[in-house]
Amino acid sequence: MSWRRAAYLLPLIAFAALAIYLSHGLAPGYNPELLPSALIDKPAPAFDLVGLKGEARLSNRAFADEIVFVNFFASWCVPCREESPVLMDLARRNVIVLYGIDYKDKPEDAEKFLQQYGDPYRRIGVDDSGRTAINFGVYGVPETYAIDRTGHIRWRHVGPLTADVVKKEIMPLLQELGAS
Amino acid sequence: MIRALIAAAILLGVAQAAFAVEPSEMLANPALEARAEAIGKQLRCLVCQNESIEDSGADLAHDLRVLIRERLKAGDSDAQAIKYVTDRYGDFVLLKPPVEPATYLLWFSPFVILAVGAAGAWFYLRRRPTPPDEPLDLNQRRQLERLLIDDQ
Repeated sequence: MSWRRAAYLLPLIAFAALAIYLSHGLAPGYNPELLPSALIDKPAPAFDLVGLKGEARLSNRAFADEIVFVNFFASWCVPCREESPVLMDLARRNVIVLYGIDYKDKPEDAEKFLQQYGDPYRRIGVDDSGRTAINFGVYGVPETYAIDRTGHIRWRHVGPLTADVVKKEIMPLLQELGAS
Repeated sequence: MIRALIAAAILLGVAQAAFAVEPSEMLANPALEARAEAIGKQLRCLVCQNESIEDSGADLAHDLRVLIRERLKAGDSDAQAIKYVTDRYGDFVLLKPPVEPATYLLWFSPFVILAVGAAGAWFYLRRRPTPPDEPLDLNQRRQLERLLIDDQ
């Protein structure tokens, strides 16, 4: 085939390349609204929040030399109800250390929520202004972050945690971070 | 009719703008407020992802507008205030993506496609046989005259 005839195939090749590239956007499970965190591998932002139910304050200084998970939730957040069985299961099996941050919520509503759906958290801080959430880059509850022993954010999940996320992301992450 | 439609569109636009930014958020200093609005228009609201935080009625957009105004009042430059937000939410919040290696394809591919098309057109036009530049012979001239007379 002469190069001139081969040139007629160019549009076909270009189309195929474009089609393959664009088909990624149609892949099942791809959600363009899920954003990567800007804070991965950066130190977790400092915070010091009032504790829920008159508990001690929750500060990032509490996360010393431990792999911890921080879950932003709210009583008014419907997907938070959906993920609560998953969180409760993790807490029962003692798989992770989980702290809660109650995002823009009334403390009495949050307490009712925890009575109804269970309290999987070691301790809960109240983020009334939403500033701690902004410092973490939260754009909608629930969101969950994993912080390693050196205080760096290593993982973030937007939306409710599912058994699938636990199996495919959290367990490998714990292994990678060397949880004992 | 068209005028009424345009008027309605303008009114709707104004109403929407007035809805998003609440008067209580605005800064007393008009110069600072203008800067805050200009910054807000460049930042994407993460809840309704195709609106700027200046246009969005979402709660998070409100918080970010207030935050930017606080940063400016504290003496931040425009770039510092924008960096404060991108440090937390990433470059995705910029409605106009920065020109950097990861976005070269986005910024320059239209020009590459234009160049490829121009090259193709140039080769095509160059290859097309040019008609011979010879004077008409007697027969052809008669034919032409006949055609012109028929036309009249």
